[in-house]
Amino acid sequence: MIRKYLLGGLVVGIGLIFIGKLFMLQIYTEQYDIENDNAVRKEFIYPKRGYIFDRNNTLLVANEASYDVMVIPREVKAMDTLEFCKVLAIELEKFKSSLEKANRYSPRLPSVFVAQLAKKEYAMLAEKMHKFNGFYIQKRDVRDYKTDYAANILGFIAEVNNNTMASDSYYNLGDLIGKQGVEKSYEDLLRGQKGVRYVQKDRFNRIIGSVKNGAYDTIPIPGKDLTLTIDIELQAYGEQLMTKKRGGIVALDPQSGEILALVSAPSYNPQLLVGRERSTNYNLLNSDTINRPLFDRGLLQMFPPGSPFKTLTGVLGLQEGVVNPTQIYTCNGSYIYGRNNRRMICHCGGGKRNLISAIAKSCNSYFADVYRRSIEKYPSASKGMDVWSNHLKSFGLGNFLGYDLPIGKRGLIPDGGYYDRRYPDFRWGATTTLSNAIGQGEILSTPIQMANWTAAIANKGFFFKPHLLKPNDNYEIDEDYVKPINTSIEPQYFEPIIEGMSEVFTSGTASFLNVPGIDICGKTGTAENYTKINGKRVQLTDHSIFMAFAPKEDPKIAIAVFVENGYYGARWAGRISSLMIEKYLKGEVTLKAMEALVLSKSLEEEYQKPYSGKPFLINQ
Amino acid sequence: MRLARQHKNKFDFLSIGIYLALICFGWINIYAATIGSQDGSIFDLSQPYGKQLLFMGLSVVLGAIIFAIDAKFYERFASIVYLIAIVLLLGLFVFGKEINGATSWYAIGSFTFQPSELVKVAVSLALAKYLSDMQTSISRPLDQLNSILLVLLPTVLILLQNDAGSALVFLSFFFVIYREGLPNSHLYILVYLVILTLVAIKLGVLIALGFSALFFLIQPLIPKGKYKFKLWSFLAILGSGIVAVIARYFYDNILQPHQRDRLNLWLGFEEDPEKLADLRRTILYNLNESQKAISSGGFSGKGFLQGTRTIGNFVPEQHTDYIFSTVGEEWGFIGSSLVVILFVTLMLRIIYLANLQKNPFSRIYGMGVVAVLFTHFAINIGMVIGLFPTVGIPLPFFSYGGSSLWGFTILLFIFLKLDSNRLNEW
Repeated sequence: MIRKYLLGGLVVGIGLIFIGKLFMLQIYTEQYDIENDNAVRKEFIYPKRGYIFDRNNTLLVANEASYDVMVIPREVKAMDTLEFCKVLAIELEKFKSSLEKANRYSPRLPSVFVAQLAKKEYAMLAEKMHKFNGFYIQKRDVRDYKTDYAANILGFIAEVNNNTMASDSYYNLGDLIGKQGVEKSYEDLLRGQKGVRYVQKDRFNRIIGSVKNGAYDTIPIPGKDLTLTIDIELQAYGEQLMTKKRGGIVALDPQSGEILALVSAPSYNPQLLVGRERSTNYNLLNSDTINRPLFDRGLLQMFPPGSPFKTLTGVLGLQEGVVNPTQIYTCNGSYIYGRNNRRMICHCGGGKRNLISAIAKSCNSYFADVYRRSIEKYPSASKGMDVWSNHLKSFGLGNFLGYDLPIGKRGLIPDGGYYDRRYPDFRWGATTTLSNAIGQGEILSTPIQMANWTAAIANKGFFFKPHLLKPNDNYEIDEDYVKPINTSIEPQYFEPIIEGMSEVFTSGTASFLNVPGIDICGKTGTAENYTKINGKRVQLTDHSIFMAFAPKEDPKIAIAVFVENGYYGARWAGRISSLMIEKYLKGEVTLKAMEALVLSKSLEEEYQKPYSGKPFLINQ
Repeated sequence: MRLARQHKNKFDFLSIGIYLALICFGWINIYAATIGSQDGSIFDLSQPYGKQLLFMGLSVVLGAIIFAIDAKFYERFASIVYLIAIVLLLGLFVFGKEINGATSWYAIGSFTFQPSELVKVAVSLALAKYLSDMQTSISRPLDQLNSILLVLLPTVLILLQNDAGSALVFLSFFFVIYREGLPNSHLYILVYLVILTLVAIKLGVLIALGFSALFFLIQPLIPKGKYKFKLWSFLAILGSGIVAVIARYFYDNILQPHQRDRLNLWLGFEEDPEKLADLRRTILYNLNESQKAISSGGFSGKGFLQGTRTIGNFVPEQHTDYIFSTVGEEWGFIGSSLVVILFVTLMLRIIYLANLQKNPFSRIYGMGVVAVLFTHFAINIGMVIGLFPTVGIPLPFFSYGGSSLWGFTILLFIFLKLDSNRLNEW
C-alpha cells in the first residue's frame, strides 16, 4: 500500500507545504508597501513656492530658476576639460576633486557638480553642454528678492535639518524650508504640497520608467502667494533712517493691528542669503556679535520703556480712581519719599501740574505720586501690585504678543509675587518700587509691545494682535487677528492721556517735531542703560525712545521707535517717528531738513566707545 | 498479427489542457521577466520570449509526432534510445560547450542543446522496459543492482560534467524502483546512509563510525529471533566506515566550494558568523531577492508587467530557474498557488492513469514521468521560495529553455500516447 501511494502522497504533501509557505510569504508576513520597495524610487516634484507681496501688492519675493551642473561619473567621457573648467570658472584641480568626490558617492547616480550657476554662466554652458558627456544641467527654484529691505520680516529658506525631518515626515533630505521670518511662520501656505512620482529602478539603481504608469503618483499643489501688511516703501524708508544706528521701529495700523513696518537696524540685504554664497554670508552675519544683524531689535530688544510708560501709569491711576484729570499736583523738582527722604529727580521744570501737562512735560514727580496712590489704595502692597500688574498685562505687556513671527520676548511686568520673592524678609511697598512709575525699575518692554500699547491708547482701550498677514483670495487669516482685545481700562480714561500726548507736540518735549497738517500724539522717552567693561558697571549714553500715533482723530498709524544710545527721546527716536508718520500718511516727506539730518547721522562713534578701551563721555 | 483496434486513440485531455495552460502561463511570465522596460515584438528571436515562443511551437509539433508514432515503438526501441542517450552524454566530453561551469551543452549556431534533458526520457523508458521484462524480478539482488546501475550510469556521467543539479534529478528514479518492489530494508539502509553521511560531514568520520557502531551494538537488544550478530554486525560496521570515508572524501574533495557552502547553509552546518554573513550576501542573494519579489506580490499580485522587482531585474536568472518568483510577484498568492495546484493535479492525474495501465511498461514509465516531474517541481519551487538549497534545475514547462521544454514535452507526451493505447493492449 505504501509503495503505491508514496509518490502520490509526496506530491500532495509537497503541494500543501508550498501553498502553506506561499501563504506565509504573500499573505501572512507582509502586505506590499511601495514605500519599502527598493525597486522603486520615490521622487518629489517640487511645487512653486508662493510669492510674497506687500500691502500695496508690490512684489517682494519671487522665485528664480537656478542651475546646478550635475554629473554621472561613469558616463563621463574624454572631453575638453580645460574648456569646461573655463566656462565654469573653476580650477582644473577643483574639477578633478569634484569628480572624484562624485565618483565616491556613486558612479551611477547624479551628484551636484557645481551648484547654482549664475545666469551668465548658464547661458554660456548651455550651448556647449552637448560636448560634455556625463554632465547635465538641472534646474531648481531659489528665492529671488525684489527688495533690498525687510530681511528680518521675510526671513529666509534653507535646507531642512535632521530634527525637523525627524519630527515632520513631510520633509526629506535636501528639501528647502522656511527658517526665519514669514518664510517660517507661513511655511505651510508658501510651500504648497509636493508631488510624488514613483520610478522603477533596476538592480543597478538606474531609472527605467514609471511604476504602474503613474497610478501611485500625485500632482504637486503650488504654494499660495502671501500678501503682507507691511508697506515696503515705509519699511525701506525706516531702514534708511536707521542707517548707522542701532535700534528698532515698529509701526502698526491701530484699527486692524496690521504691522506697517518692522525695522531692525543694522539689517542686511535678503539677497545675501540666496545662491552659492549663502552659507558664507550667513556665517558672516551670524558671527558679527557686535552689530548682530540677525537680531531683530524690533521684536527682541528688551529695555526699560522710560517716560512713554507714564501714559500707562496715568491711565491706570484714572481707572483705579486715585486721581482725576483736573487735580493739581505741585512739582518741586523732585519727589521725596521713604523714611530716609530718598528723592526722585524731575526734569520737568517744576510747578503746578495736572495729568495733561504732566504728560506733556514728562513730570516724574506727578506719576510717582499717582503710582504710589494706585498701589497704596489696597490693604497690602502685594495686592496693589497684582491689580496694577494685571491692568498692564491687559495691554499685552509682560507676555508674548502672539504676532505671526516665530521669535519674541515676553518683556517683564512685575506683580506682587515678584517682589515678595525678591524681598522675602522685608516689608516692601509702593515706594520700594517707585521707579516703575516712570518706566524704569524692573519693567521691560520690547518695541513691538510699545507700539501695541500706543495703538491701544489710540483706540481708547482695545487693540488687535499685531500681525503681518493680510487676507487675500488664497487664504484667510487667523480669527485671533481680527478680534479686538479689550484692555481692563474704560474708554473715557484715555481722553486726558491722548490730550497730554497731543500737548507733547504743542507745548511739550517734542514741540519741534510737528508735522504740518497732521495732529500727532506722542511721548518721548530716555532710558538710562549700563554695560560691563572689565567687570565694572559703566553707564552708556541713554537710549532714545519715542511712541506716537496719528492723526489724533481716527488714528491710522501707531509707532514705537527705539534708538540705542541715541540720547534723549526727541533727539533721534522722535525725529524718526515724525518722518515715518509723515511718510505713511502723506506718501512723501516735507520735513527735508529733518530727513537729511537723520539720514546723515551716524552713531557708530557712540557704539565704539565701550570698545575703545579709553574713558569716554556720555550723553553729549 | 495484430488484433483490429476497437478503440480509437483517446488522449487524456485533462493532462493536455494542464500542459497547455502551464506552457502558456509560463511564457507570459518569461515575457514579463525579460521584456524589462523596452518595447519589442513578441516574435523577436533575439529575445528569450521570442525564442521560447518558437520552442513552444516546435513542442506542439513534437507532441504531434509522438502521437503519430505507434505506441509499441517506445517499448520496442527503449534500449536503443537509452544507448543513444549515453552516447550523447559521452560525446559531451569531446564536443561539449561549457556554460556556467557545466560542460553539459551542445552548441549549434546560436542555439544550445542540453542532452541531459533527453536522458531523463531515455532512462524512464529503459527502466520501464527493464523492470517490466518478464525475466526481471526485483526481489533478486542482481536485478536490483542492474536497475540501479541503469540509473547510476548516466547520473555519474552528468556528475562528471559538473552538472550536479541535473544529476540529482536521477535519484528520483528510486521512487520508481521502490514502487516496483524494492524491499523496504533497502529504503531503511538508504535513510541510514543519508544520516551516516550527514554525521560524517558534520562531526567527522570517527564519530560517524562510533555512531554506527553504537547503532549496531544496540540492535541485539531488540528481540528479533535469529540474529546473526557477530558477522553481519562486523560487516555492517566495516561498510559504514567505508561509506563514511567516501562521503567525507566526496564532501571535502569532489564538491565545489560553492556547492559545499550551499549544503552547509541549508543544513545549518555553518557556524562561523563572518562566513555566514558572507554567504547570506552571496549565495542567499538570489533567494533573498526572489522571496522579496514573491512576498511583495501579496494576495492578488501587482499585475501583468507591473512587478517592480521583476521589471527592475532584481532576481538573477529570473526567466529560467527563478521564473516562479515572477508568478509570485505579478500574480500573487492566487497565481502562484494556482501553478502549484496545476502541477499537483497533473502529477496526480498521471499517477491515476499509470495505475490504470494493464501493460506494466506503461505503468512503470508513467511513474517515471511523475518522479521526474515531481523532483523538478519540488526542488525548483522549494528553492525559489526558500525551502530547499539552491540547485539550478528548471521548473517543467515553465522555465525558459528549449531543451528542458522539449525534454518534458517528450516525456509527458510519450506517456499520453501509451495511455491512449491502454484499451488496445492485449
